[in-house]
Amino acid sequence: MDDLYRDYILEHYRRPHNFGVLEHANASHEGANPLCGDRITLQLRLADGKIAGVGFTGRGCAISQASASLLTDEIKGKPVVDAASLTSKDVLDLLGIDISPARLKCALLSLETLQHALADAARPAATTATSTPADAAATTPAAGRTT
Amino acid sequence: MTLTTEPEATSTTATADPRIRDGRLVPEVIRAEFPILWTTNAHGRPLVYLDSASSSQKPLAVIETMDTYYREYNANVHRGIYEIGERATAAYEAARTSVARFINAPDRHEIVFTRNATEAINLVAYSWGRRNIGAGDVIVLTEMEHHANLVPWQLLVQEKDGDLEFIPITDDGVLRLDVFEVLLRLKPKLVAFTHVSNTLGTINPVAEMTRLAHEAGALVLIDGAQAVPHVPVDVQAIEADFYVFSGHKMLAPTGSGALWARRELLESMPPFLAGGEMIREVHLRRSEWNDIPWKFEAGTPDIAAEIGMGAAAEYLMTLGMGRVREHERELLDYALPAIAAAHPEVALYGPMDPAIRGGVIPFNIPGIHPHDVAQVLDRSGIAVRAGHHCTMPLHERLDLPATARASFNVYTTRADIDALITGIAEVKRVFGV
Repeated sequence: MDDLYRDYILEHYRRPHNFGVLEHANASHEGANPLCGDRITLQLRLADGKIAGVGFTGRGCAISQASASLLTDEIKGKPVVDAASLTSKDVLDLLGIDISPARLKCALLSLETLQHALADAARPAATTATSTPADAAATTPAAGRTT
Repeated sequence: MTLTTEPEATSTTATADPRIRDGRLVPEVIRAEFPILWTTNAHGRPLVYLDSASSSQKPLAVIETMDTYYREYNANVHRGIYEIGERATAAYEAARTSVARFINAPDRHEIVFTRNATEAINLVAYSWGRRNIGAGDVIVLTEMEHHANLVPWQLLVQEKDGDLEFIPITDDGVLRLDVFEVLLRLKPKLVAFTHVSNTLGTINPVAEMTRLAHEAGALVLIDGAQAVPHVPVDVQAIEADFYVFSGHKMLAPTGSGALWARRELLESMPPFLAGGEMIREVHLRRSEWNDIPWKFEAGTPDIAAEIGMGAAAEYLMTLGMGRVREHERELLDYALPAIAAAHPEVALYGPMDPAIRGGVIPFNIPGIHPHDVAQVLDRSGIAVRAGHHCTMPLHERLDLPATARASFNVYTTRADIDALITGIAEVKRVFGV
């Protein structure tokens, strides 16, 4: 708990990587934790099965924003299937801090938003054979509400 | 365990009570009666509990009353023809008398025990509401309601095709009574509002609002969850129709609460929950209801909790609710300027006049999310609430995603406020602002 606000976490919070509106995005999702007021809009540019571009905007606690900064760094340039298979544990490892149960939702908002964005992108085209686990996970109604 | 109130104190005059000096509460003495305030956190820091608006701590008088019930006379109420059963019934009904006296209810049978204020509001919405609200009927609420005094009415008007209207607030969190008077021209069937705002601390002019509502022919429900622990409440002086509150915010256990309503209203209302206790006669195809209040107390109640609530009401009456109010007003008088002086950039919300404000201080440190504020304060042993405090529409109205909130009770001291001010400095240091 003492180490929650490590320098690199605060650094990612103050100067988040990949922060801003992404030009020519072709997938996006707005995720929110209504209970805490954390909000993230994640935009992706998918090309040739890869995440060619990524950007996010939003506001919220240091944990939610640092997590989005670290996660977007992680997926940039990676194959979509790799990004879609990221787990909660992967994101917690990226953060590298002990997250108390009360703050898990903050830490995992960016991942949930990513999963929704990828699932939404896969759905209407229905041609790309992106693996379905992320899709199934993304259909839970919890995230994405805007109130 | 050491008790600060020695047994002989009860036999001497009230002025010998060490918790009261020169007509004022002595929170340093009162603290000794709350065992949790003797504890330290994992970092060895004493607990600075500033989240009483969420749930209050419990004095020994309440804890030991419940303990005695379980150890010495645990039995169901209104049933056992044996000594401990009769003793349990007597204690449960004595608690009802204490709670009635606490809010100056004219008749102890007008107190219905519930689990909390939420259940009490739902009881009124289901029982009175479903019989009295129809298509096109209007219920007037306010923008500052806790979700508990909003969502039950949303469900009701959705089912009955009625309408909700809202008394707006000013930017510093005071109800716009001028707009209220306009809304009353819609001839609402019910006006429901909070006595004291859980988020901003605003003390609403409930007697005046009730008078205006009655002149327009509306009944009045008041959510007193944040009022009964902090200000003197007299339901007869307010002339309310329904008054609800939770026990756990007024030093009583979780699982205790009450609905007060005028006798003729309770008698005219159909039952809410059905089952044992609430009936007089049961036949296979029909039943006859018990008298009030038991008509609304189906099933075995949380006996220990309600007995504990009676003890909490007695405890607060001994301290004197006027003195409790004065104690918290003095703390506000101290805290608001002290926080502003030490941390001028910190945003404080709610009315800045302590005369119309309870011991609730919502705040934000620019550039730091309230969750992070609360998390860093927690390391120093300081407990504050962070979030929307179950008032999402109010936060939307004030254009705030969330706030941190410090709130007081009888055991809160100036030292707690000082700890908060030091804690805020630590938050700023960690975040480099």
